[in-house]
This record gives sequence, C-alpha cells and structure tokens, in this order.
Amino acid sequence: MSFLKTLALGTALAAALIAGPAQAENVKVALVVKALGIGFFEAAKKGAEEAAKEVGDMEIIYTGPTSTTAEGQIEVINALIAQRVDAIAISANDKDAVAPALKKAMDRGIKVISWDSGVAPEGRLVHLNPSSNSLIGNQLLKLAQAALPEGKGDIAILSATATSTNQNTWIEELKKAQPNYPGINVVTTVYGDDLADKSYRETQGLLQTYPNVKVIVAPTSVGIVAAAQAVSDAGKVGEVFVTGLGLPSEMAGHVKSGASKSFSIWNPIDLGYSAAMISYHIVKGTAKGEPGETIPIGRVGQVAFDGNGEGAMADPFTYDASNVEEFAKIF
Amino acid sequence: MLKSLFARREALLLVAMALLLVVITSRFPAFARPANLAAVFNDTAILMILALGQTAVILTRSIDLSVAANLAFTGMIVAMLNEANPDLPLALLVLLSAGVGLLLGAFNGLLVWKLDMPPIVVTLGTLTIYRGMAFVVSGGEWVNAHEMTPVFLETPRTLVAGLPVLTWVALAVIIGATVLFTRTNVGRAFYATGGNPTAAIYAGVDVGRTRFLAFCLSGMLAGLSGYLWVARYAVAYVDIAAGFELDVVAACVIGGVSIAGGIGSVGGAVLGALFLGLIKNALPVVNVSPFFQMAISGAVIIAAVAINARAERRKGRIILRPTGATAGAAS
Repeated sequence: MSFLKTLALGTALAAALIAGPAQAENVKVALVVKALGIGFFEAAKKGAEEAAKEVGDMEIIYTGPTSTTAEGQIEVINALIAQRVDAIAISANDKDAVAPALKKAMDRGIKVISWDSGVAPEGRLVHLNPSSNSLIGNQLLKLAQAALPEGKGDIAILSATATSTNQNTWIEELKKAQPNYPGINVVTTVYGDDLADKSYRETQGLLQTYPNVKVIVAPTSVGIVAAAQAVSDAGKVGEVFVTGLGLPSEMAGHVKSGASKSFSIWNPIDLGYSAAMISYHIVKGTAKGEPGETIPIGRVGQVAFDGNGEGAMADPFTYDASNVEEFAKIF
Repeated sequence: MLKSLFARREALLLVAMALLLVVITSRFPAFARPANLAAVFNDTAILMILALGQTAVILTRSIDLSVAANLAFTGMIVAMLNEANPDLPLALLVLLSAGVGLLLGAFNGLLVWKLDMPPIVVTLGTLTIYRGMAFVVSGGEWVNAHEMTPVFLETPRTLVAGLPVLTWVALAVIIGATVLFTRTNVGRAFYATGGNPTAAIYAGVDVGRTRFLAFCLSGMLAGLSGYLWVARYAVAYVDIAAGFELDVVAACVIGGVSIAGGIGSVGGAVLGALFLGLIKNALPVVNVSPFFQMAISGAVIIAAVAINARAERRKGRIILRPTGATAGAAS
C-alpha cells in the first residue's frame, strides 16, 4: 500500500519538476512536511495544490524527508535553496534544529513560514497554527450544543491525564466560553489518562453517576474513541452523545453506530491551502509577513498574526455522518 | 496449617471487599445492584485471566512482566488479520491469538530455562521487544472499530444465559486453573518449584521445565486476552494496555500470591483481581480526584504486601516449631 503511495507521490513530484521550467514566471512554493507518506500531510498537499490552481501563477513543490527527522529536513531545505524556490512553508520536526538552515534560506531572499508544527521565530517570518486554544474551547462547546436536545443540558468532560498541558488549556478555554452558551452546564471533568481501558471505565462511571449528562466531550483522540465504545456498550446510543477532538479514520465506526453525531479536528486540506496562500501573498508583496499583520487566505478567510508572528487559521473542522467516510480515507 | 492461611487471606479479602462495597454504596447506592456487580466482574475478566497466568509464574519464583506487551502484540496481529481478511473464521483468530501468545511465552520460558537468566531481566527485555514488534507489524497505525468485523467485535459482549461471553471465558479459565493448580502434577510442580527449588529437584521435579511451562501458560492466556481486549475496546494500537503488567502483578500480590514463590491460590488471585477491579470501577463513580485515585491504588498494594510479609513470617514460625521432628524423620 505505502509503496504504491510512494510511487504515486514520486510520479507526481517528477511531473511537477518537469512542468516547472516551462512556467518560469510562477511563484515556486515548497511545502516541506515532517515526512512523506503521512495521510495528514498528503491531505495538506491537496489543499496547497487547490490554492495553486486558484491563484493561477503558483507552483507547489511538495517535499520532505522519508522519516520524521530534523536532519532529513535540513537536507531538503538545502536542496530547496539550491533550486531557488521563492518560498518555503514548513511543518518542522524540531523547532530549533531546522532554524539555522531556514535562516540561511531567508538570507538568500527566500520567504519562509512555518505551519502546523512551528519553527523558532528567528527561522521564519510567521507561523500558522491550525487553530487557537480559544477557538478549540469554543468549538468544543459548539459541538456539545449541537448534540444536546434543544442545545441545553448537562455535559461532562473526559480528558487525558490531569497534568496534560494542552488538555487543561482547552478545558479552561471551554469554561471561559461558557457565558456564550447559556443552558450548558459542565458537571464534571474526569481523566482517562489516554488509556483505552481507563477512559472506558471513567465513561461508564460518568453514565452511572450523572444520569442527566447527555453529552460527553473528549478533547483527546484516545478518549473520544473509548467513550464512544462505552456509550455503545451501555446501550445509551441516542441518549448520550460523545463529541470532542478525534480523527475521522478512528471515529468513522462510532459516527455510524450513532454514539457520536459530530466531532472536530483541524482540517489538513485547509491548513495546506492556507499555508500556500500566505506564502504566495508574501512572495507577491501583497503581505509582508510581519508580527501583527492580517493576511487574507482565500476561501478560508483571513488570519491575524500576533506579536510573536503566530496566527490561528480557523475553527477546527467538523465531521459528521455526511463527510466522515470520505475523510476517513485521508487521515 | 498452610491451607487455613490461604482461607484466611481469601476471607480477609472478601471482608475488605464487602466493607468497600458498603462505603461505595453509601455514596452511590446504585453500585451494589447485581447487574452492576456483574458488569464489574465482566470489566475485570481480562485482569483475572492474566492474573491466573501470572500466578503460575510467580508460584515458580519467577515473574512475567511481558504479559501486557504480549497482549498488545497478539491483539494487533489478530485485529490486522481480521481487517485484511474479514472472512477468516473467528474461531481460527481466537486459536491464533492463544497460539501466538503461547509462542511469545515459550520464548520467555526458554530463556529462563535454557540460559538460566533471571526472569525479571528476560521479561523486561521481551516487554520492549514485543511492544516493538507490535509497532513494526502495524507501522504505528491504528486498527479502528469500523475496520474490524461485527462478529469479531461483538462476540465477547454477546449475552449467553444472561452473562457476556467475556465473563464466561473468565469463569472457564478460573475453573481450568483450579484443576491445573490443585489436581495435576504440573500444578504440584509449580508449588514445589517456588516453595523450595532444591527440595523440588530432589523430589524429581524439573525446575527449569516447570518454569518454562508456567511461562507458556502465562503467554497463552496473555495472547487470548489480546483478542478479548481489542474486541472489548474496539481499537488496536501499539500502546494498548500500557503498564497493565503492573496491575496484573498487583492483583496477584493483593490476592496473597507470594512474590518469593510457592504460596498462592486461584481463589486468591481472582479475588485480588476483583478487589482491584472494584476499586477501579468505584473510584470514578464516587468522584475521587485522579491524584487520590493513584494514591489509593498504591496504598492498597502496599497494605497487601505488608499483610503478605506478615503472613510469610508467621508461616516460618509455624513450620519451625513442630517440624523439627518431622523434618528429621523425612531425611
């Protein structure tokens, strides 16, 4: 399978390279990923190519090392400098290790941005986060509201470990956004430690202790799957819904069973699209790529970069019965 | 004399569990409903199965830390086979899981037997090897609920005479282990090997071969649990049951199985597992902070070991006083 994928990729790359010199005036944007052959990044490439088609005079060079190492990315960056691309948009394997190579690229006039996984500020102009903590907190409540009858009722949170930084930040942001969702009441937060069995058991406990809880929000991909299975096993499908952050491939079965109506994760296609658009604007001079700037990103809207040059793309993308099967094949 | 000691340990555990149940019920009345207790038994089934295999190993004065990794590897193998060939009959997959587990256990056993390596070192090594093998065969990918067949996922939860198949499997293993430990030569050899290896050799017991057989049993049960685990939580990934080997050893220790070998019973191990299962299932519903949950589980294990240590000391005294004459007569 993965051999075929690599083969297809290689052919696509070769085609792109052959087509390259024919259109010398094009803006050449290199999309550098953590490693080739990862579904998430293949999807990002799709988005970047969509952006290229939209603006007309952009060409995407999709590349990356074969394994997720910083050394591999540095080699790729050096090759791109030699090829004289106009921009590099990178999802870094190590935020510091790749910075010197990227700085060299910037010294040669190449515009560098990072996306998904950031680079230290000296190695890039701006960084595009898939989403922001406050957007994720808000999105979790939005999902809960959609699953609650009449948008009101009790919800519970199933987190990973009690000390997990990103989980705690998202839960805090969720609680901050609560005034915008009157009638939604967070009764408790339990911790499944990102272990399938503990998450499953905690969900069973929730179902027993809080019979009024109608929605379980799990902002963790292990927890959301285990919670959905526990709800199915307890025969509460249709009564209690599970939502949160998960991957379509892992959640497809549970959406089909009805244990989950919808859930979210950042859309890799939009992410690749946005990264390509930002690079294009910076190369064309329609944006500078400075901290504090707002850059338009086509159909996705616009992104505002803060004082550190970091910006958040959009709300996490929502998946439900209508699109989960399609995305399950991608990531 | 020894028999009454076991009986006392089992009675002690039963009393402790009854007390625990009273405390839980005072805070959460629905917990003691028969249906819920049956659910707790079902939830603990895998732990009981593994604890019985572990008991055999510990009886021979060894330890098997690779059971959870064995479970993860065999679980991954059968899940991937089921995904690739949905037509393979379930019976074959179940046999295969037990068979693969047996092979992995036999590998541990051979190293202990033929190379005379300390079991803790052997199984610490194979623990990482088996998990690594799970990563290699899966490439780090998950096998998700919708990729496995309904028969594969639903069989352990199918109700037969009011109880799920998973519960029946655990009951069958308990009966099998009781017969093996108390009614067969191999069972006697387990006790003899751990109780006094030198005496066992003089009595014609092949100590190394007995240990090998104990590891085979533990491995086979771990392999079987691999299928049961994957079906129960409807997901297979490299990290499933991470750290579960410690729960298994804890269940044995709480059940009065002596780490020094030679002492322990099927009833004790089962009750030890149930005691842990009771705590694991009760803590979420009585709303205890996750940090306290860990502390409570730890405190129970320490308490159990303290009682074990006392019991073994008393055993020494009892043996010393009246056996002066009998030992002389025997030699």
